[in-house]
Amino acid sequence: MTEIFGSDLIAKIIIPIPIALWIALFALYAVLAERKISAWIQDRVGPNRVGKWGLLQTIIDAIKLIQKEFVYPIRADKLLFRIAPYLVFSATFLGYAVIPFSSIYIGVDLNVGLFYFFAVTSLGVMALLIAGWSSNNKYSLYGGMRSVAQIVSYEIPTALSALTVVMLSGTLQMQKIVMQQSGGIQNWFIFGGPGDVSKYLLVPFMLVSAVILFISTLAETNRTPFDLPEADSELVAGVHLEYSGMMFAFFFLAEYAQMFAVSALVSTLFFGGWQSPFGNLIPFLNTPGMQFFWSLIKGLFFVFVQIWLRWTLPRVRVDQLMNMCWKYLIPISLANILIIGVYIALK
Amino acid sequence: MSELRTEEMVINMGPQHPSTHGVLRLKVVLNGEIVVEVKPYIGYLHRCFEKHCEAMTYPQVIPYTDRMDYVNAMNNELGYAIAVEKLLGIQVSERVEYIRVIMAELQRIASHLIAIGTYGNDAGAFTPFLYCFIDREKILEIFEMTCGARLLYNYIWVGGLSHDIPKDFQKKVKEFVKYFRPRIDQLNGLLSYNKIFIERTANIGILPADVAINGGASGPTLRGSGVKFDLRKNDPYSIYHKFDFDIPTGTGEVGTVGDCWDRYMVRVREMEQSLRIIEQAVDNIPEGDVFADIPKRVKPPVGEVYVRTETPKGELGYYIISDGSLNPYRVKARSPSFCNLSLINQISRGYMIADLIMILGSFDIVLGEIDR
Amino acid sequence: MDINEIYNKLKAVFGDDIIELKTDKPVDPFIIVNPEKINAICYFLRDEESLQFDSLSCLSGVDFDKDNLASVYHLYSYALNHKLVIKAIVPKEKPELPTVSDVWATAEWHEREAYDMMGIIYTGHPDLRRILTPEDWEGHPLRKDYKVQEFYNGMKVPY
Repeated sequence: MTEIFGSDLIAKIIIPIPIALWIALFALYAVLAERKISAWIQDRVGPNRVGKWGLLQTIIDAIKLIQKEFVYPIRADKLLFRIAPYLVFSATFLGYAVIPFSSIYIGVDLNVGLFYFFAVTSLGVMALLIAGWSSNNKYSLYGGMRSVAQIVSYEIPTALSALTVVMLSGTLQMQKIVMQQSGGIQNWFIFGGPGDVSKYLLVPFMLVSAVILFISTLAETNRTPFDLPEADSELVAGVHLEYSGMMFAFFFLAEYAQMFAVSALVSTLFFGGWQSPFGNLIPFLNTPGMQFFWSLIKGLFFVFVQIWLRWTLPRVRVDQLMNMCWKYLIPISLANILIIGVYIALK
Repeated sequence: MSELRTEEMVINMGPQHPSTHGVLRLKVVLNGEIVVEVKPYIGYLHRCFEKHCEAMTYPQVIPYTDRMDYVNAMNNELGYAIAVEKLLGIQVSERVEYIRVIMAELQRIASHLIAIGTYGNDAGAFTPFLYCFIDREKILEIFEMTCGARLLYNYIWVGGLSHDIPKDFQKKVKEFVKYFRPRIDQLNGLLSYNKIFIERTANIGILPADVAINGGASGPTLRGSGVKFDLRKNDPYSIYHKFDFDIPTGTGEVGTVGDCWDRYMVRVREMEQSLRIIEQAVDNIPEGDVFADIPKRVKPPVGEVYVRTETPKGELGYYIISDGSLNPYRVKARSPSFCNLSLINQISRGYMIADLIMILGSFDIVLGEIDR
Repeated sequence: MDINEIYNKLKAVFGDDIIELKTDKPVDPFIIVNPEKINAICYFLRDEESLQFDSLSCLSGVDFDKDNLASVYHLYSYALNHKLVIKAIVPKEKPELPTVSDVWATAEWHEREAYDMMGIIYTGHPDLRRILTPEDWEGHPLRKDYKVQEFYNGMKVPY
């Protein structure tokens, strides 16, 4: 991007702006999409009064939330209570810095990009705990503690399953991982990455890896079936119980932004990121504009799967959640790493 | 250094809570996430039903009985009407009995649909809740067609009914039966045999059969513990002895006998049995006049009667004392949810707070009935 | 077993504590018993081989007449499929009788309701407090001579 803007400084200032706009727009319309998709699954219509097909619905909701009064519980810890929503949002936003949207557009192409992504999204845990504790409410405290346990445990399978891709590609840098998947759909890491025919042996293991990554990131973003921290039939909204108005909106914005961030992560690591599935056959599809389109489409597809799962499955209980993580996901992903390691050594 | 103190936390699941199915207050003493004691506080919906009955005439009490268990109004009215008819010593015509049975069974399906839908909602599955409500709409349409009301009917009167059935009634009921059967299979696939749902409900809240009988449990709560007892078969009233249907009981299919899943599954299977009864009844409604036996003034002789009927929630008993005048001297309604709820302390000890919600949902309580 | 046989059996064991058997139609026949011995009688009814009344269907408080309150027990046996109605009559000045909540666990809540609505005091009850009305309500609502209180915690009651 430096070339386009001439000066390094101007490029650095301008680059985050489209990402911020995208997050705002996405969060706005993801809420609407969720309501519409959930309505279609449940055999009803969803919002369709405000604007055609309900397109203006979230904007009106946002306006309503902005003009709401901020209600602070009397004995809440003032400073922590107020900064918690901003912390959650910042943690998510920081993660967007290393997501590659096209071959020339990436916030900053760190050579430890993947590692940075995981490190930064963990900050969200701290923010949720701060929110839960500072609300001075037993339910929020329970929600906060549950969410810490959940997110911290599920970071392990996330990292382990992403590690399989790192082993195959040999780098942590996000753009390099995507570049290696060029040349068409057969080179995506879900099918074993670039290489000779023997890579197809890896397909079942990479599939398992991708599924584990998807499930663990679902747990990281607190979506059903792992939405205990906000279990509304048990703890009455858990962590964000005491928040109202714009602060509440921030939590939601952060959740939807995180949904897209992890979808983009899954699609970058396993499904080729901004690479077109047709490879070099159709050169037009490889231009930066189209690459943007591909990365968004793949991200949005996984967001759709996340929404779909939320409205189909019931909620898992806290100890069953931990059970699944420590007794199933971690051993399986460790076994995966072992097998891929053996394959690489033998090659 | 002194020992690390851990205190027990007292949580109040207050009268307003999305999962307590009404205005119920539960004082839960927790040790971490484990429940040590649960104390229910009721009375938030007490509307002095029994005192009102003493000021009304016998037929005027029927709208009040509707409002006790408001999702299940036909069965409430049926119990009261049978009790007063027993006091008066009158026998209603066959046609009235058949229509009453069809209405009661349709209402049973509607009530179970709410129980199942809200139970899934408590577990976090939001979609089956709406599917159940779509099916319930069809039943409420049939009721509206017959008596004009969707939820609280004032339909079953002492000695007969308030309206005769319209011409399309039998056709619509048969259509409903045909539509609903596959929906039960869909519900089973979506919710009942879902692995996550089974994990949440199996081996939770186990109610042994002897504790259930001693504690006064009835209905699906009792049958879920393996006791094969249904008032429609063991102590028949109205014309239930003419119909052929089974009594589903809990068998510990995916867990232990008497856990939450068993109670839930008994309800699903009862819906199927209700469909069987409706099928057998709807084709054979005899001709007759539904208004013929309604007495002009209901003035029973001095005496008392206790009649129990099987509602979807359990055994609803009406104890009516008459002193020979136009108003009852005492009406006591023994509601099934009242007795079922008293067991909650015993069976939820040692489970986690998420399980407490599932146990409460498996009892299927309606606060209108508990508080009257 | 029909009610005459049960009455004879009880009379044989408890003698004068079983006061009367009323069977005039169209009454559900019932047996009036001595309120002080109700606990022992209920234990006998539950544990005796040929009776086995293992469940209490309903326990009601009744404002019997000007001077008396009654506690009515409807019993049912799942094992042998027979029913029984027992009444225990207590005077209004001293409406006390022993509890049966140790015989049938369900009696606990029923007795609390009878206490709340009628004012019958069950001695030996583990937790006898009001259940349907608020804890600090005055009076016993279902009595025939009940007058509702003017003010409750500063709020005017009759409107």
